[in-house]
Amino acid sequence: MADIIATNETILVVGGGISGMTAALEAAECGKQVILIEKGPSVGGRVSQLYKYFPKLCHPTCGQEINQRRIKANKNVRLLTMTEVAEVSGEAGNYSVTLKTAPRYVTENCTACGDCGEAVEAEFDSEHNYGLGKRKGAYLPHQMAYPQRYVLDPSIIGTPDATKAKEACKYDAIDLDMQEETTSITVGAIIWATGWRPYDANKIQPYGYDRFANVITSVEFERLMDPHGPTGGKLLRPSDGKEAKDIAFIQCAGSRDRNYLKHCSRICCMASLKQTTYVREKYADDGKATIYYIDIRAIDRIDDFYQNVKADENVSFIKSKVAKIEEDKASGNPVLHGVNTEGYERYANPHDLVVLAVGMEPSVASEDFPIKVTVNDNGFIEQDEANGAIFAAGCASDALDVNRAVQSATASALRAIQVVNKVAGMEG
Amino acid sequence: MAEDIKIGAYICQGCGIGERVDTAQLAQVAQRDAKANIVKEHPFLCNAEGVKMIQDDIDNEGVNRVAICACSRRAKTDAFSFDNVAITRANLREGVIWIRPDTDEARETTQEMAEDYVRMAVTETKYMSLPTGDEETKYTPNLLVVGGGVSGMTAAIEAAKAGYSVAIIEKTGALGGAAANSWKRIPQRGPYADPEDTGVDALISEIEANDKITVHLNSTITKTSGAPGRFSVDITTESGSTVTENFGAIVQASGYKEYDASQLPEFGYGKSANVVTQAELDAMAKEANGAPLKTKDGKDVTSVAFIQCVGQRSDKEGHLPYCSGHCCSTSIKQAMYFKDANPDIDTNVIYTDLRTPGAGGEDFYRSGQRKGITFTKGEVSEVVESGGSLEVKFRDLILAEDTSEKVDLVVLATGQVANAGVNIEEVDQDEPGQFTVNVDSILNMDYRQGKDLPQLKYGFSDSHFICFPYETRRTGIYATGPVRRPMDMQQAIEDATGAAMKAIQAIENAAKGRAAHPRSGDLSFPHFRREGCTQCKRCTVECPFGAIDEDEQRFPVFNEERCRRCGTCMGACPVRVISFENYSVDSVGQQLKIVDIPDEFDEKPRILALACENDAYPALDMAAMNKVEYSAFVRVIPVRCLGSVNLIWITDALNSGYDGVVLMGCQKGENYQCHFVKGSEIAHIRMSKVDDTLQSLSLEPERVSVHEVAITDIERAPGIINEMAETIEKIGMSPFKF
Repeated sequence: MADIIATNETILVVGGGISGMTAALEAAECGKQVILIEKGPSVGGRVSQLYKYFPKLCHPTCGQEINQRRIKANKNVRLLTMTEVAEVSGEAGNYSVTLKTAPRYVTENCTACGDCGEAVEAEFDSEHNYGLGKRKGAYLPHQMAYPQRYVLDPSIIGTPDATKAKEACKYDAIDLDMQEETTSITVGAIIWATGWRPYDANKIQPYGYDRFANVITSVEFERLMDPHGPTGGKLLRPSDGKEAKDIAFIQCAGSRDRNYLKHCSRICCMASLKQTTYVREKYADDGKATIYYIDIRAIDRIDDFYQNVKADENVSFIKSKVAKIEEDKASGNPVLHGVNTEGYERYANPHDLVVLAVGMEPSVASEDFPIKVTVNDNGFIEQDEANGAIFAAGCASDALDVNRAVQSATASALRAIQVVNKVAGMEG
Repeated sequence: MAEDIKIGAYICQGCGIGERVDTAQLAQVAQRDAKANIVKEHPFLCNAEGVKMIQDDIDNEGVNRVAICACSRRAKTDAFSFDNVAITRANLREGVIWIRPDTDEARETTQEMAEDYVRMAVTETKYMSLPTGDEETKYTPNLLVVGGGVSGMTAAIEAAKAGYSVAIIEKTGALGGAAANSWKRIPQRGPYADPEDTGVDALISEIEANDKITVHLNSTITKTSGAPGRFSVDITTESGSTVTENFGAIVQASGYKEYDASQLPEFGYGKSANVVTQAELDAMAKEANGAPLKTKDGKDVTSVAFIQCVGQRSDKEGHLPYCSGHCCSTSIKQAMYFKDANPDIDTNVIYTDLRTPGAGGEDFYRSGQRKGITFTKGEVSEVVESGGSLEVKFRDLILAEDTSEKVDLVVLATGQVANAGVNIEEVDQDEPGQFTVNVDSILNMDYRQGKDLPQLKYGFSDSHFICFPYETRRTGIYATGPVRRPMDMQQAIEDATGAAMKAIQAIENAAKGRAAHPRSGDLSFPHFRREGCTQCKRCTVECPFGAIDEDEQRFPVFNEERCRRCGTCMGACPVRVISFENYSVDSVGQQLKIVDIPDEFDEKPRILALACENDAYPALDMAAMNKVEYSAFVRVIPVRCLGSVNLIWITDALNSGYDGVVLMGCQKGENYQCHFVKGSEIAHIRMSKVDDTLQSLSLEPERVSVHEVAITDIERAPGIINEMAETIEKIGMSPFKF
């Protein structure tokens, strides 16, 4: 790795999802020096795994393209992928940070030609597809991956596959001796943009995510729509590959529930409303969706999206917390049991596929922060003077949609700039 | 340009280019046809040695124009980044070898394609110069904040903390805005159990103690002119005295008005004094200052009904179609005013969907339940006075029955209406040089396109909304708080901090002549040749960002710092007098002209594709990564925005023997994806007139097609090109081959 130049006027941004990218770019475009680190091999985070955004039904890659171009064009941002924070100490205006960079085994000589990927044989569950499909042991994380550079799965190192990859590369871009690197830097402020993870659906036992093939999560559902996803963009259900035309969406799967996440994850209602449009996009009048909900939270200006979906006669709404799911053995259909609280009717409704609108929890558990920060009951970082110059951006601070995450990230950039400007003033 | 142009063309043989095309032939084409001064081939141009070869030529041979003939301009940007030279790319990898089959019969057309792209890249460099940036820029580290509510005060304090001076303009006699009339606010920190102090007094004290912040009370803006870095603003007090001050950027935090509840007679507002709005209840609580709240006739309150979504989320005439976001939590907060004082008071929140999102919302809702607040899913039809109390008639949606409840007090959750000034689409603009003050306007801008920020929907100011929520259509002016989207105080604080960030950035960029988002850092800006201008006003009308004014003779006046460099003005200009240093009618026009057009009998048509660099061009690149094939007869030129496409390119293409032209831009309309907001839309309107051109040339209308293409259209974008190839096969070759 080339030398990293950082001073206590530098801002460190931890996490390369949309919040981290935004925070880094807003600060850099203001003339500040920024180091942006990302644990994975490419930037983009969770949004790169979405098919469309609500409410505009546009594609996340569109904004990603612009953000990637901003990174390419801006020399104030130094991007380090495969990198995590190991240790942090110090105080506002003067933090010592130890970064740990995992080996990628592929150098900047890589042209993303793809020869190594073709040469290797081993396959692994695709992280990008939430394990629904496979990827090779030498792979580009996804179509839009930036840096546009392959990565070798560490588990092929030392196997014949590694040698095959190396031999296939015409550009001497594979370095099998690459080691983990540790770097110590000084920075003035830290933006913590580590984002969210989907709540573990296995914990919601009555819904049988671990037992029934045709119960999937909302994030997995997004992957089915991707033309380059595990089903080639078809809404096929896992058990038998049948077209899923009658789909149930269960809201608050793991949210607003003291047994799981006690907060409302904010995005899930809009996400399911959006996903009903996918069903219509694929199957037109043959596509049916049913939303089981407590409250539909289509908040603020975008409530009209809900009104439009509600007007769709192929979409029904049932006010109910689904009690349990059983599987009809013959058809493989999940059967939803519960009571419609509007009128108190028992139901046992079969559907082709069930999508659990899983909640959002912070990616980093509160006990895993490398330095003490104030975290609320729900695991999100609170704004607190005790945090010094460590500022949360995006879903590290709250359950947020993309629009609000970008807002939050932009705000965090200013908070960090306040600190480094103060440092500059003191030194100047 | 005074400097001599010296072009270096560098042809890469890596990634299979060397195996698929004859690079020696490409080198010859670069030198012979396109007149590059230095031409070199390299087996692996992006490695350290290849890059050094180019850098050496720049340093030692005086090369100042570099044509990289290798992969897409989107790839290997780190390697191919050279300072102080103009760079173009010939996309031989994604644009040629990855989209063509590796077969003997394809070899000839693939080679032709590659040769044309080399010709085009080298030619483009001749018509480019390195942008020098505006030399008249100013550094004005002063920020104007319009509105002294929570959003405005927060923006001011946060900007001052970063070292910038701020002036707040507030039209009333005091800071505080809507929140100043509230008793408490929704909690912003854990455990999210109880209402908390509004924090307004603390913000006001902080502002008073901060010598970087000045406050103009009882003042409005009577004129805003200029651009980022040099805004000049007339601030007029109630008494009529005016001062003019200069600012680098503006944050508009003009807030909201409460929806007029008197438009809702069915809820008894105006008929009974004990039917109040949320804002009125908070004012009552503030007045009481902790003492128990009484009915208007001075009695103790024993029961209160809170009716949610009053005149909101409704498609009825005059109602608000949206949800105001904060009202559910606000009702919980207000119910707590009663419950905390006396748990025996009945408080019932009647709602259809209770909306308390995020980390704290649900905790606050649960706290309300613990305190004994009743929540009823129902739809209220009517509130009537009955025997000294109020009868709330509603349909209970859980029990599925019509019912009613008698209460002492009814609180209506009416929504937020953006205080966004005048809708510029609905008012006439002033004549140039004839500026008049509009009392309903917030900013009173003297811009050609109107006095306030353009609105998108429901009266809220326009923004790109999802990925780039702060981007308004007036550079350097950022809307924040409920003028942009309905929101509660906590969100307004976050939003205002972000808006202050953007404003500071605008100040810094304007000082360096750099473009704002999305072409951040771009130093090019439109130059205009006055002697050729016919004062047709198309550029001043079409600029999506209102960057161009008119002087009294109707000549355009370009305001560089407002410009976002999309080129829509260049596309609009019928006499082609507008150009950028590195992007012009010539830089594209000469590329399409140098393409080798085979004669009619060769059966090799030529299709020109002008593809938006933001979405359509990346879609074609990704198609290439997936080895999706498309016609070898197309020549693709990326454009900054479809709005920058000048009709002359199409006319020239057709005149010089192209058989078809395909235009690919972004989605337009309400859910626009165009990064320049209106560019694609304007281009579509402009191109609807292309039929006249076709008619005058006696060509079939099918020869030109315009499409909205998304970045994910990996199959569709190549499909559009192939369709055009098929169309040409059907209707035949153009007769204009010479």
